[in-house]
Amino acid sequence: MREVAIQVEHLSHYYGPHRSLKDINLQVYRNEILGIIGPAKSGKSTFLSCLNRLNDLIPGSRVEGKILVDGQDIYGPGVDVVALRRKLGIVFATPIPLPMSIYENVVYGVRLLGKNNRRELDQIVEESLEKAGLWGEVKDRLQTSALKLSGGQQQRLCIARVLALKPDYILLDEPTSGLDPISTMKIEDSLRTLKANYTIILVTNNTKQAARVADRTAFS
Amino acid sequence: MSKLRINPRTEQKIISYLLYFLTSIAIIVLIFILTVILKNGLPQLSLEFLTRNPADMGREGGILSTILATVFLTFIALLVATPLGVGTAIYLTEYTLEGRVTKIIRFGAECLAGIPSIIFGLFGFILFVNKLKFGWSILSGGLTLAFMILPTIIRTSEEAIKSVPPAYRLVSFSLGSTRWQTVTKVVLPSAIPGIVTGVILSIGRSIGETAAVIFTAGSALRMPTSIFSSSRTMAVHFYILAKEGVSMPKAYGTAAVLVISILVVNLLTYYLMEKYIKRKS
Repeated sequence: MREVAIQVEHLSHYYGPHRSLKDINLQVYRNEILGIIGPAKSGKSTFLSCLNRLNDLIPGSRVEGKILVDGQDIYGPGVDVVALRRKLGIVFATPIPLPMSIYENVVYGVRLLGKNNRRELDQIVEESLEKAGLWGEVKDRLQTSALKLSGGQQQRLCIARVLALKPDYILLDEPTSGLDPISTMKIEDSLRTLKANYTIILVTNNTKQAARVADRTAFS
Repeated sequence: MSKLRINPRTEQKIISYLLYFLTSIAIIVLIFILTVILKNGLPQLSLEFLTRNPADMGREGGILSTILATVFLTFIALLVATPLGVGTAIYLTEYTLEGRVTKIIRFGAECLAGIPSIIFGLFGFILFVNKLKFGWSILSGGLTLAFMILPTIIRTSEEAIKSVPPAYRLVSFSLGSTRWQTVTKVVLPSAIPGIVTGVILSIGRSIGETAAVIFTAGSALRMPTSIFSSSRTMAVHFYILAKEGVSMPKAYGTAAVLVISILVVNLLTYYLMEKYIKRKS
């Protein structure tokens, strides 16, 4: 019997009067890659942002039902939203590096916790970039602007940035939709390696990708 | 129908000449002003003019005390108005949703921008000089100027903050930052060039302001010794010299220093900003 990591029960989501998700029930098991595929505008991204409460930022957003992450109701009282977002790191469809150096991008979330020990940060940068499969390409220019990287590199940087938070879950929202086949392959490779230590939810509009990478797939 | 139309290429030519002509008028006016001021003012300039205090009501000597008074007044105005203005802009853009309250605040700031400076002078005179008993002083003048430039700083900061891509905020939040961390680490650094532009505009307005200052800082020619000294800024000095026919040459000299210092502030800030931003990206 596999351990249930995320339990979603009767989840509905509304933007104002408009319902975007209707009565969703699913489980995510520990250390699996759950693929989610579905047509455009079917609420895949909304579902991800419900999981780490990024939807809180959108005015008029409202949730019904329950989401249990590691047994905790994340819409219950007394939930530390900031800590929740660190636990469920998200990578967006468009790579969005912050306008700072590669190094600072990776340690952005770490510094927010007040960690500023140079040696510790150096180590986190190397580890995270290594896991995201980017270390070899950028190790000699960590201080250059992240905006100068190619699209594929930027997306792997975004993955490294999430890994630096030491999350338990990685949510990926069509992470390869704007990338060339080689970059896509590199990212899929790193996802397969990451599975050992993380639980991954991969939203994709590419059924082949779901077949290549995911253990199970949900349709929306 | 088509016969009546001008050939698009001819039309394009006419329009580009017309626009070129309109732009030149704007530039020519600037050049004309600068020429008049500098032609009459530059001969007056000397080290002595800049380093000595006015004597005999301004007929003799230099303008050192008025330069210092201008610097102090502007400094106080910026010291007060920048945090107030940037803070208001952050509140309006990051901490509230667009709604009736933000509209009212914004409308208020815009009205403030439309009030003539002499009204600010009167307000400063009543509040700071009389009610709060600061007297005619650098403090009263600086605070009055602060309120006068506040709308400019709010407005430009708000525009600058709004132009920061929303995606940066989303990313920052997704990496576990609080709202304030997002503001200080992502939003403000990207918005700084725009905010600085607003501050420069305000410096220009403060340096050149006469009406608001004459009521609140007074027009004493003494060297300012504290923020409670009454003192005369360059703009006021120019006004009095010219209006009362004390000395036109000295008036032009003062005007030249005024214009040159505004130019220098602008150029210096743009230079520093260019350097700072290039280093960053």
